[in-house]
Amino acid sequence: MNRDVAIVGVGMTKFGEHWKKGLKELITEAGVKAVEDAGISGKDIQLIVGGSMSSGMFVGQEHTGALFTDYLGLSPVPAIRTEAACASSSVALTTGTMAVQSGRYDCVVVGGVEKMTDVYGNLATTALAGAMDRDNEAHFGLTFPGVYALMAQRHMHQYGTTREQIAMVAVKNHENAMHNPNAQFHRKICVESVLKSALVSDPLRLLDCSPIADGAAALILVPAEHAKKYTDTPIYIRASSQASDTLSLYMRPDITTVGATISAVQNAYKQSGLKPEDIHFAEVHDCFTINEIIASEDLGFCKKGEGGRLVQSGETAIGGKIPINPSGGLKAKGHPVGATGAAQAVEIVEQLRGEAGGRQVKGAENGLAHNVGGSGSTVVVHMLSRNRK
Amino acid sequence: MTTEKAVAHHWRKFKERYGLVGSKCDSCNSYFFPTSTICPKCRRKGNVKEHSFSGKGKVFSHTTIRVAPEGFEAYAPYVIAIIELDEGAKVVSQVVDCKPEDVKIGMPVEVCFRKIREEGKSGLVLYGFKFKPVL
Repeated sequence: MNRDVAIVGVGMTKFGEHWKKGLKELITEAGVKAVEDAGISGKDIQLIVGGSMSSGMFVGQEHTGALFTDYLGLSPVPAIRTEAACASSSVALTTGTMAVQSGRYDCVVVGGVEKMTDVYGNLATTALAGAMDRDNEAHFGLTFPGVYALMAQRHMHQYGTTREQIAMVAVKNHENAMHNPNAQFHRKICVESVLKSALVSDPLRLLDCSPIADGAAALILVPAEHAKKYTDTPIYIRASSQASDTLSLYMRPDITTVGATISAVQNAYKQSGLKPEDIHFAEVHDCFTINEIIASEDLGFCKKGEGGRLVQSGETAIGGKIPINPSGGLKAKGHPVGATGAAQAVEIVEQLRGEAGGRQVKGAENGLAHNVGGSGSTVVVHMLSRNRK
Repeated sequence: MTTEKAVAHHWRKFKERYGLVGSKCDSCNSYFFPTSTICPKCRRKGNVKEHSFSGKGKVFSHTTIRVAPEGFEAYAPYVIAIIELDEGAKVVSQVVDCKPEDVKIGMPVEVCFRKIREEGKSGLVLYGFKFKPVL
């Protein structure tokens, strides 16, 4: 790393069905909130990096880099669109971080957006299937719930993970979202209601799945040495790490683990000098409940195969040893795919500043964000901290 | 929006889809599907040749799709599995000619030739491989 990077402003929209808001309104709302939070003005901004997974298929709009600049009224500031399926805006964060680290830019807006509810019927499922191998997986009728169901089936087979344990992820995340005003769902659920919800792709049921949503999120990045100019509580990016794996799930030797998570997190632990026990909470990619269990193992919070027992023990709830998804996660906060990674970072910043209200993880100094594209073809891990070193 | 594609998009994959043809690297003795010109293990030191799989294998993992994507609505619920072929490569495919609840990890299966889907009302009718239990 060259220059250390700090986050000095964050903003996001509520996640959910925004019938009155399109791409423009979502981007503008999140962007303006982040700019106001940082106390900067438009003329300070030198670069915009914005993630969007599939604005082309969801609303027929591409070229969203220039669109971000246009909508925020910031022309001629250069803009980059990043795309890595559901990890699109975490890749915006890694890209923006590189831009500041390198010394080329001193003030960068990073963020992401997705407008998913303007399509009818199963077109959203079809658009999302573009994140897997279209010709060799989707061609045969595989869907994303199906991909994670294949992983769940193997995890249950190899480690004895129970259906009830998997359901507990959804129950916990819905409980956490009760305290998150930006969450899509404010409704408690119980294990029984998960197990009685409609089967989507066995063994996964409707309440194992994150919802289709609209939303946007944004953050302001500056060099760490400038950070105190903007805020008394800058949050430092201690690690920004990305890894890839095969686009197809079936090509991997073991589907109870996500290899790119392990690659990305090991590199992140090395960059930050932190260890798993130094991480006080994590926002992880629970697009489907099973993936939180797999991530808790791959990130080093428990041994391989113990993820089901970890959630059952209550240690991943707020107040436990390693709270996971205090925001409500993708499951209950909502999952507007291109905005999810940026929103995870927003949550971590709010937690580390002590501004998370009823879902606050007390005394948290270091937080981890884990964002997955596809079935684990892209994984991005960020470690954020109150402490620069 | 539609998932219809130009004829050539499917035509160039006929060999793989009709004949279950993949690749074998003679340098490291590993098999993979679909065909590839690069061995992911040996990369440029690999010696990759086309390979017609025997079509026999076992279920590695499986699920029943109940909410189907565009073009598959009429088939739901249907079983999708990762099949581990006897040669060692894996493929994704539907498992047919049995009830969803009869499909288990480790179950022996063999390839069969079936209709996959229709591309809308006026598009192509696509065919290819599925798997069925070995009786």
